[in-house]
Amino acid sequence: MKKILSYLIIIFLFNSQAISKISNKDEIEILKNIRCLVCQGQSIADSNSDFAQTIKLVVKDKIGEGKTKKEIYGFLISKYGEWIVFDTQINRKNFLLWFLPYLSLFFGGLIIFAILKKKREN
Amino acid sequence: MKTNIIISFGLISFILLLFYFGLNNKNKYETSDLVGKKLSSFELKSLDEKNVFNSNTLEKNTFTLINFWASWCAPCRKEHEYLMLLKKKTGLKILGVNFKDRKENALEFLQTLGNPYYLLAKDHDGRSSVNFGIYGIPESLLIDNELNVIKKFIGPINFDNYKEIVKIINNK
Repeated sequence: MKKILSYLIIIFLFNSQAISKISNKDEIEILKNIRCLVCQGQSIADSNSDFAQTIKLVVKDKIGEGKTKKEIYGFLISKYGEWIVFDTQINRKNFLLWFLPYLSLFFGGLIIFAILKKKREN
Repeated sequence: MKTNIIISFGLISFILLLFYFGLNNKNKYETSDLVGKKLSSFELKSLDEKNVFNSNTLEKNTFTLINFWASWCAPCRKEHEYLMLLKKKTGLKILGVNFKDRKENALEFLQTLGNPYYLLAKDHDGRSSVNFGIYGIPESLLIDNELNVIKKFIGPINFDNYKEIVKIINNK
């Protein structure tokens, strides 16, 4: 039991270290999630435009400063608006976008249940 | 039967409403979200590299038009006449940020067309421009003495933009 616990603590510590540092793989993931504003649909990672080159430099700088993914996205969103990030953020404006499918599933399920129940009673 | 009709009608109305809002949604990039926000603190090197300008520099002006430009940018030539007109307006100062350009080319450009800028800064790799939400040139930001972004102009300033800026600075 003690061995399992110590293994778990070691694994947790290694993962914590991994989480606190953004790897090169993460940098590419960040760049793939940022929209090139001059390229109509391309990500910064895929684009060779002037704007994309600048953003690549800025993201590299922010990673060097020790910023997290969330902080980097937050910085770019504060400058360019939510449109710059491909992944839609969960906030008050986008609440319906995120939860409507689940709400539709739930209420749809309720309606079907009510209809079936009525049919059985009849 | 009645309940089913009401539920169906409600569902169809809801879906049509969603389509209405979705199709009316603007699908091109706009910066209206950024207007009204305060500029974060920044630092810009002067074109001759002798000085550094920061947000404190601009707080002394009633209004500042921060104009990102370059000598290689054709639309920048197009808007230059309006910048020269705006230079004459009291209460407005124009800070020029030379974007990804060579100093000698920038100075030649200003010598040929005139210099509307009270201060000339440079951003040789584009990094500083990101702090202002710039993604192409020419772009201009009209800010007040509290560094609030009043208006952002994407593309060359035209006659309508010029009139709008004059109206804003005269109304204060």
